[in-house]
Amino acid sequence: MANMFAFAESRGGSLRKVALEAVSAARQATDATGGGEVHALLIGAPGIGAKAAALGRAGADLVIVVEHAGLARYSPEVFAATAADRLRSGGYRGAFFAASAEGRDLAPRVAVALGVSMASDLTGFAFEGDALVGKHPTHIGKIITTVRLTGSPALLTLRPGAVLVTDADRTARVEQGAPALDPAAARVVVTSVGGTGDAQLDLADAPVVVSGGRGLREAANFKLVEELAAAFGNAAVGATRAVTDDGWRDPSTQIGQTGRIVSPDLYVAVGISGAIQHLAGMRTSKTIVAINKDKDAPIFKLADYGIVGDLFEIVPRLTEEVRKARAGH
Amino acid sequence: MKIAVCIKRVPDMDLRFAIGAGGKALDSAGLKFDIADFDGYAVEAGLRLVEAHGSGEVVVVTVGPAAAQETLRKALGMGADRAIQLSADEVPFDGRAVATALATELKDGGYDLVLFGRMATDSANQTVGPMTAHLMGVPCVTAISKLDIAGGRGTAERQLEGASETVEFPLPAVVTIDEGLGRPRLPSLKGIMAAKKKPLEVKPAQLGAASLTVDSIALPPDRPPGRIIGEGADAVPELIRLLQTEAKVL
Repeated sequence: MANMFAFAESRGGSLRKVALEAVSAARQATDATGGGEVHALLIGAPGIGAKAAALGRAGADLVIVVEHAGLARYSPEVFAATAADRLRSGGYRGAFFAASAEGRDLAPRVAVALGVSMASDLTGFAFEGDALVGKHPTHIGKIITTVRLTGSPALLTLRPGAVLVTDADRTARVEQGAPALDPAAARVVVTSVGGTGDAQLDLADAPVVVSGGRGLREAANFKLVEELAAAFGNAAVGATRAVTDDGWRDPSTQIGQTGRIVSPDLYVAVGISGAIQHLAGMRTSKTIVAINKDKDAPIFKLADYGIVGDLFEIVPRLTEEVRKARAGH
Repeated sequence: MKIAVCIKRVPDMDLRFAIGAGGKALDSAGLKFDIADFDGYAVEAGLRLVEAHGSGEVVVVTVGPAAAQETLRKALGMGADRAIQLSADEVPFDGRAVATALATELKDGGYDLVLFGRMATDSANQTVGPMTAHLMGVPCVTAISKLDIAGGRGTAERQLEGASETVEFPLPAVVTIDEGLGRPRLPSLKGIMAAKKKPLEVKPAQLGAASLTVDSIALPPDRPPGRIIGEGADAVPELIRLLQTEAKVL
């Protein structure tokens, strides 16, 4: 029997999906190791505590709510000190963070403050005796490394999408906590957060990703990709490095070895040849569709369904057919 | 301005990998090695910051075997001033063990900035930078895509999922680099010749204990081979049918 800790990531006062995944994973780990409690740490501006109930539904028994006017945005040193403080006192067996931009920044700070190591970006995990054993895609996803972490607590980051969010139908207790470091004393300060469109689904959360490459010929033609994504209704728009380097799209949407790694249910590659650097970011997608004029393009070696031809004819037709299919639901 | 850039020698990711006999490492036959992608960006960032500042020094540091000197020489060829090899037969997979060696070396070195790539492309842990910062007792900002240094302070931009954040911090600091400050320059012929004469110091790595280890490595399960279902817009209805009935994603 062991208690588990989960960090509940939020942005702009809303929980991120990875928060629910971290809690769900901690719940699974707790249940698999003979029961115990899941404690989630939720940090934010006053009012963030209203999100505790959702964490309960994902499997938390207790939500530690830390509200402070100085914590509306991520504050790496304050968050790390507060998480480390709780983990030091709590006797936790494992501590779950998301392998997100924030979680990847936060977890190593917490681990080193506690004097322990950590495992990164796991797609699967199990507690075996005194060790955590996990699967970690390494070498740009071309190798799956099975890692073994000893020491307690076992800190880990989970790859977004690796765990299904469970509906545990639990009502979590809420405990008010305090930051372990005065936010005004932090050396590293996030002074602003700029969104690239609030309504857009994030690439990590979207069940469908539609990406465009150089085959679109110019930035304005990306509207074909956007229209296709809109037809799906649950899609985010990605891009290749060639395209973000040329300034057609925001760098945060680049999918690949040097960008984002996504694993959606459906990945649609439009005018993308399939450079290794790009494949590294999407090869674990469940279903891959490719549309390209060159039948020998490497993307067709990976694509479950490929269509060879002129994307300027194929994509509008696909958009129309997807819209019809969705309307028929 | 005195800048250290911590770099790693990693296998060339474009090659086809095979699993070595012990099942814990890549088969070394046919592997080529180079500086890790993001570490190249970090060297470039260090060189640009010193150039913009007008004076200073870029010191490249690595933990690894003698073969890693080749990677240090490449960075020297790009323009770094000197190199330090913290000698270890193998680079531990545990980021904290590596961070301990780096922090021991860098702590009292008088560096204004210590730069890292945001992660090594082989072990992909993304932990060594922030752990080194903590052990050195200095602030840390990770995975930045823009960086300005002025008046003893830094302003950086980080890419988040669907957003970006601006971060301010005082120097000295550890900063890990995503892309954004510019593509790594290629060593010029003159640079390569000069690199041979630049100082490269070798010291034993004071590694920390490793509690994260590799049990085994494997190739990912093969995807079924790709399938072209048709040509042109006429293939769209078939695609819709397959997405609905076979893949069940529509």
